[in-house]
Amino acid sequence: MTIMGVKVTFWRVVFVVIMVLGIYSTYVRYLQGLGAVSNMTDQFPWGLWIGFDCLCGIMLAAGGFMVTGAVYIFHVERLHCIVRSTVLTAFLGYVLFIVGLLYDLGRPWFIWHQMIYMNFHSVMFEVGMCVMTYTTVLFFEFLPNVLERFNLQAPIRWVKKVYPVLIILGILLSTLHQSSLGSLFLIFPEKMHPFWSTPALPFFFFLSAMACGLAMTIFESTLSSRAFGLGLERSVLTELGGALYIVLLVIALLRFQDFWHRKIFMTIFQPSYEAYFLWAELIMCFVIPIIMLSFKAVRKSPTLLYIASLSTILGFVTNRLNVAMTSMETWVGHHYLPKWTEVSITLMICAMGFFCFSIAVNFLPIFENEHDEKHAPAPLIPISEQATLVH
Amino acid sequence: MSKAILYDATMCIGCKQCEGACAQQNKLPYDDKVAGEAIQSEHKYTVVLTQNDKYMRRLCQHCNEPACASVCPVGAFHKTKEGPVVYDVWKCIGCRYCMMACAFSQPKYEWGKLNPRVTKCIMCPDRVQAGKPTACAEACPTGATKFGERDDLIAEAKDRLKQNPTTYVNKIYGLNEVGGTSVFLLSSVPFEQYGLPKLEKLGDTPLPEYTGRVMEMMPDFIPLWALVLGGVYWVSNRRAEVAEVEAEERALRGGK
Repeated sequence: MTIMGVKVTFWRVVFVVIMVLGIYSTYVRYLQGLGAVSNMTDQFPWGLWIGFDCLCGIMLAAGGFMVTGAVYIFHVERLHCIVRSTVLTAFLGYVLFIVGLLYDLGRPWFIWHQMIYMNFHSVMFEVGMCVMTYTTVLFFEFLPNVLERFNLQAPIRWVKKVYPVLIILGILLSTLHQSSLGSLFLIFPEKMHPFWSTPALPFFFFLSAMACGLAMTIFESTLSSRAFGLGLERSVLTELGGALYIVLLVIALLRFQDFWHRKIFMTIFQPSYEAYFLWAELIMCFVIPIIMLSFKAVRKSPTLLYIASLSTILGFVTNRLNVAMTSMETWVGHHYLPKWTEVSITLMICAMGFFCFSIAVNFLPIFENEHDEKHAPAPLIPISEQATLVH
Repeated sequence: MSKAILYDATMCIGCKQCEGACAQQNKLPYDDKVAGEAIQSEHKYTVVLTQNDKYMRRLCQHCNEPACASVCPVGAFHKTKEGPVVYDVWKCIGCRYCMMACAFSQPKYEWGKLNPRVTKCIMCPDRVQAGKPTACAEACPTGATKFGERDDLIAEAKDRLKQNPTTYVNKIYGLNEVGGTSVFLLSSVPFEQYGLPKLEKLGDTPLPEYTGRVMEMMPDFIPLWALVLGGVYWVSNRRAEVAEVEAEERALRGGK
């Protein structure tokens, strides 16, 4: 079916519905205020937007610094073919994080205040400055795509010259703010449930960003090669799967050690409201992907690898939502459930991410590098029906 | 000298004069409906809670090392030398981290407004600077809320506990909690019953120390990590260069 020359597909209809609801919620947000659009209260001043859009958005964009670091700093040339798409994902992730912030801040028009009224004791200040600088860095890391599209050779050479500096700066800033997102929660240990309130939170936030960076790279490479009918080398994904396996093992070990040292190891097995959320998180973060990835056959199968990475992503998203929301509920004394308008804005931001990604892939040489690879392309991952929004 | 407020629940008669005076001082609406609200909100900075003829007043504790001031990315809160923790609305960006960080859940938010402010008791800084007591202390008919020098009030609170050990819970709430505050509470029933944070959960560590421990590592961490990354880059780059030259040489020799 076509309407005005545009082919109607399932995902396009979903996209339009999400956008319409999102625009309505945006209208409510900026004309009636935060109280009308969200279920946030004095008791729950941070809701879904901080929990998901900010904490998870930044975590899921971590692939950028990991893959660029591996390729440009450690010279893992095999990963070269996925650098551009991960940089794109990271750039979009950070831009959308800022968009999310403009909804969440009570006075978004004063967001620039943190550049002049600096409070160096504030973790939030550090995160803000890092994110701002890193988004700029990512812009320059992404810029060659645009310059190549318009065949501007001179600026490409300039950017190429400073590329190593950009990459190092990117890793440095990422290490800082990925862990600092965890430090945000260190100042109110008395409010959080012991399952998630640990002084090691910054380390876990950094490690989970690493795991999600890898998982997201697998997820997004698989998805885009299906959607755009591109050939991706399976060996690269297999290798990323192996790395993800190791990272997950390390995190799982540290996580349970942390429970042990804080003497709550046995309580995590006793059923309670918080325990159910913890179990959901642990099963998706560790049990499913670690068991799956331990089999070589899984690491070699794009579909199974995709499922394992999706489970990892969902697991760590649950983890961050637990840190930001579930862990506070006992202290506050009631539950927080986001209002539909809150959810619709989050969905709209995600949909914008997918949309921009597909636009960029269609108009910029994101996947073109692959053809220059020395190795012959491995068999294509089958093009599935569930294509994309554009083409 | 630093000022403070001492609230003695055993002397309180629940007349809510302090609530009314506070509302008047801060130009907030106050009527029977607001008086009936047993919860602090953006239009009620202080509240007198009632439980079986016993009372407890809630207000900002004005911590010596306030978490709200420490976490604010734009430094919109600060502790004045007179004692009050005050808020500069023109700096605020509305991140609400102060509300998350406050152990006493004192900052409230104007959720219904388009340019919302964080609100809380600011200990009438204008009056305090002018040498006058806070509005609530001035209005209190029984002296349950008393304003004065911090040291004097501590001595007086200790004295009261000593004189009537059976009347009071043996604790000056706010003396050492989270590093000490400028509001002290005395009560004959456990403070937790009124929704105040449990003493064993609060501890005496100033809250900013928890993040300070991590933040103070930054100045060492940043140059070190940059150096390591730069070093790795140099080594791996050099290796690639050498490998390239060697490959060329091999090709030359092989070609001969």
